[in-house]
Amino acid sequence: MSGRVAIIGIGITEFGELWDQRYRDLITKAGTKAIIDAGIEGEDIEGLYIGSMSPGLFSGQEHIGALVADYSGLIGIPAVRVEGACASGSLALREAYLAIKSGEMDIVVAGGVEKMTDVSASYATVTLMGAGDQEWETFKGATFPSIYALMARRHMFEYGTTIEQISQVAVKSHDNACLNPNAQFPFRVTLDQVMRSSLIADPLRLLHCSPLSDGAAAVVLASEEKAKELSKNPVWIRASSTATDTLALHDRKSLSRMDSTILAAGKAYKKAGIKPKDIEFAEVHDCFSIAEILAIEGLGFCGIGEGGRLTEGGDTALDGRIPINTSGGLKGKGHPVGATGIAQAVEATLQLRGDAGKRQVKDARLGLIHNVGGSGATTVIHILEVD
Amino acid sequence: MKMDVGIVGYGVYIPRYRIKTEEIAKVWGDDAGSIKNSLLIYEKTVPALDEDTATIAVESARNAVQHARINPKEIGSIYVGSESHPYVVKPTSTIVAAAIDAVPDMTAADYEFACKAGTAAIQTTMGLVKSGMIKYGMAVGADTSQGKPGDALEYTASAGGAAYIIGKDNLIARILDTYSYTTDTPDFWRREGQEFPSHGARFTGQPAYFKHVIEAAKEIMKRNNLKPEDFDYAVFHQPNGKFPLKAAEILGIEKKRLETGLLTPYIGNTYSGSTMLGLARILDDAVSGDRVLAVSYGSGAGSDAFIIEVTKENEKRRNSKPLKAYMDRKEYVEYSTYAKFKGKIKGVKLEKP
Amino acid sequence: MSRGVAVHWRLIPQRYNLVGTECKNCGEKFFPLRQLCPNCRRSGDVREVKYSGEGEIYSYTIVHTPSEGFEFMKPYVIGVIKLVEGPFITAQIVDCKPEDLEIGKKVELVFRKVIADGSNGIIRYGYKFKLKE
Repeated sequence: MSGRVAIIGIGITEFGELWDQRYRDLITKAGTKAIIDAGIEGEDIEGLYIGSMSPGLFSGQEHIGALVADYSGLIGIPAVRVEGACASGSLALREAYLAIKSGEMDIVVAGGVEKMTDVSASYATVTLMGAGDQEWETFKGATFPSIYALMARRHMFEYGTTIEQISQVAVKSHDNACLNPNAQFPFRVTLDQVMRSSLIADPLRLLHCSPLSDGAAAVVLASEEKAKELSKNPVWIRASSTATDTLALHDRKSLSRMDSTILAAGKAYKKAGIKPKDIEFAEVHDCFSIAEILAIEGLGFCGIGEGGRLTEGGDTALDGRIPINTSGGLKGKGHPVGATGIAQAVEATLQLRGDAGKRQVKDARLGLIHNVGGSGATTVIHILEVD
Repeated sequence: MKMDVGIVGYGVYIPRYRIKTEEIAKVWGDDAGSIKNSLLIYEKTVPALDEDTATIAVESARNAVQHARINPKEIGSIYVGSESHPYVVKPTSTIVAAAIDAVPDMTAADYEFACKAGTAAIQTTMGLVKSGMIKYGMAVGADTSQGKPGDALEYTASAGGAAYIIGKDNLIARILDTYSYTTDTPDFWRREGQEFPSHGARFTGQPAYFKHVIEAAKEIMKRNNLKPEDFDYAVFHQPNGKFPLKAAEILGIEKKRLETGLLTPYIGNTYSGSTMLGLARILDDAVSGDRVLAVSYGSGAGSDAFIIEVTKENEKRRNSKPLKAYMDRKEYVEYSTYAKFKGKIKGVKLEKP
Repeated sequence: MSRGVAVHWRLIPQRYNLVGTECKNCGEKFFPLRQLCPNCRRSGDVREVKYSGEGEIYSYTIVHTPSEGFEFMKPYVIGVIKLVEGPFITAQIVDCKPEDLEIGKKVELVFRKVIADGSNGIIRYGYKFKLKE
C-alpha cells in the first residue's frame, strides 16, 4: 500500500495540575474530542495506539491499551501502549501511521497521556530519569534538568551560546502560550525573570524547565481513501521518521548536538523530498530551553552552534522566519510527557487547517513536529502538510 | 627463629572538612580558651555526608596499596578496626577488600576494641605473616566517631583512618617487637542499639589510659633492653592533646620525640585511626635507622605497644600521599553544617525512602 | 523504589573499581561494561579493563533540585568526566565549591557512599570524583 495517511480528527485536554481528573478521564476526554472532530463513530475505529511513558510509576497502572479501550467504550479493538520516554506520543502516532501504511487498518486513533501530579516532585524526578540510564546516571543522583544542564554548559563552552540566548527561548514560549487556551502557563515572562528564577541545575533555572503536567491528546488517522471520504480538511503526514542514540548522555559522540535529531531529520527530509528551509513552522521538543536550541540546529533551521543567535534574533518567534513552538512549547503549554508528541500533532493540524486563532502562522502549508525521548536517545519527527 | 616482619606500605586518609573548637564551644556555652587549654584541641576533622568508616578505610587502603607497590591479589588478609562500622552485621573489611580488588583468595574480618582495634589488627596480621599463612596482610584503623551533643567528647571525636600492609620483604620499617597489656576496665563503652558512647569521666584517666599505656610502654622497653632515649620518635593514642604528653612525661620521654606524631590538636581524635595516623605522620618524615615507640590504647581496656625500626626503603619510596598534605587541605564548616554532615539533625540522611 | 540487593551487588566491580570493556578488535574502550562492542558487534571480542580513575571535567552542573534520596546532598555537582583512557562517565564531583569547577580541570577517583536503601537496607558505595590536588 502506498497511499497517504491523514490526520482527520484532533482532541486535546487542558494541560496543568488537574487535581480532579484521573489518568483514564484525561485520555477518554481527548479521544472523544478527536473522534467527534473527525466526524466518525467508535465502530469505525480499527486500532488504538497510546503513548504513555510511565503510568506504572506515576499512577501504579499498567495495561494501558485495555484500560483505554475499556473506558472509551471500544472493548474488543486492538489496543497497544507505546513507550519511548517523552517521545512516547510521537511513537504512538508513528505506529498508527505504519498500521495504516501497511494496509492492515484504515482508521486508527493515536493518543498520548500522562498523569504526573499524583506523586511528589522528587519521585516524579526519579521516574522521569527512567528515561536516562538507571545504573550509570540516575544512580549517581543525576536528574533530567542536570542532564540538559550538562549539554547547555557544553554548548555555551563550544559555541559561546549565552544564558540570555537560552533564556530567550522561554520568553518566546511564554509569549506564544498566552495565545493558547489549553496552555498550562498562559502568561508572559521577561528575560530578567527567567534569568533570576531559582536555580534548578546550574546553568538551568526554573523558567528554563518544562513543568510536571497532567494532560492528554489524541488524533484520528485515516488512509487516503477514507480521509477523502470522511474529511474536508485532512492534514497529510508527508514523512514519519525516528532515530536512536545511546541511552546515557556520556556515551554520545557530542554533548552539544543531538545526533538522533540530525539523523531522524535527514531521513524525514529525504522521504518528503524537501529541505529544512521549506518548513514553515515547527513544534519542537523544548523540555528545557537548551533543548530547543539543539532541536532547531539538528533540524537544520540554522547551523550547529547558531541556535542561540537564531533565537535571540527573533527568527523563531511567531512572526519570525521559522516560528517555533507556536503552541507555547513544552515550556509554556505544559509537558505531560506521553501526551506531548500527540499534542504537537494537534498544534500542527490546527496551524495547517488555519484554525490556530491568534497564534496562526499565515498561510501555513508545511510544518514539522519533533519529539525527543530522554536526553536524545530517541527522536521522532513527522512532517505534515495540506494539499 | 628470628624473622623480619614489618610494614611494606601504608596509607592515610582524613576528610577535607574541619570544625574549630571555638565553633563548638559557642553552641554549648563553653569557654573555648579553657577547652583548648585543658584538652589541647584546636580543630578536628568532619566527614562529609557521603563519608563513613568504610569510605575512609577504602581511601587509606588504596593509598597503602599504591605506596607498597604490590599486587593487591597478594594480600591474604584484611582486618578493619573501628567502633563506627557502618553495619553492625556485615563487614567493612569486605568492602575494602573489593575496593582494592584483593578478593576472593583471602580472609577478612572486622575488629572492635575501642580505639585500639586497628593496632590489634596489625598484631593479628603479623602473626599470619610470620607463620607463613599469608604473604601480605592489611590492617586498617578507621572511625567516624560520635560524641553526645554537649559532651566533652564532641570537641575531639573526629574522622580519619590509616591502613598498613604487613609483610616480610621490601619493608619500609621492621616491627621489632609487640606487646599488649590488657585488663577488664570499663572506662568507655557503647551498648548495643545506643547512638552515643558513655564514659567514666575522670575514671578514663589514671586507671584506664595512663595505667595501660605506661605499663605497655615500660614492659616492651624492658623486654628489649631499651630506654626512652633509645627512641627517635614516640606516638601514643591521643584521645586529646594532653594525655599523650603527660604519659610521655611519666615515662621520661622528651616532648620533642612525641611532637611529630601528635595530631589530635589539629585533626581531633580519630579513634581507631589515632595511633596509626600518628605513626604514619612519623614514617612520612623518618629516615633509615630511626626507632619508633608506638603505643595504642583501647578502652575496655588495653594497650598494644610496638617497637619499629625504619629502613632505607622508607626514603627510597617516600609515601606520595603524606598525611601533611591531607592536613593542609582543609575547609572549615560551621556547627550547623557539621551537625548536618554528622546526621545530628534529625531526619538528615542519604538514602532512598 | 528499593530493589533487590543483587541489583547493586552485580555491579560492584564496575562501581568500586571502574571496570569496563575494551574491544580486542577495534581497541575502543567503554564504560560501563558491555557484552558487545557497538562498533564491531559480532566480529568484535571484548575483554574487561580497569580504568585508572584519572580524568578531566568535560561538563558539569550544580544540582539544586535533587533526585529522590539526595535531598541532603544539595547542592551537589554532577559532571561528565573524560577518563584518560578515553571513555566518558557521569559522576558526582565532591569536596569542591562550585566556583572551583571548570571544564578541563583534572579530577581523580574517590570512594564514597552514593545512596542507602532506606535506613534498613544496604549502603551502596561507588565512584565519585574530586578535583586533583
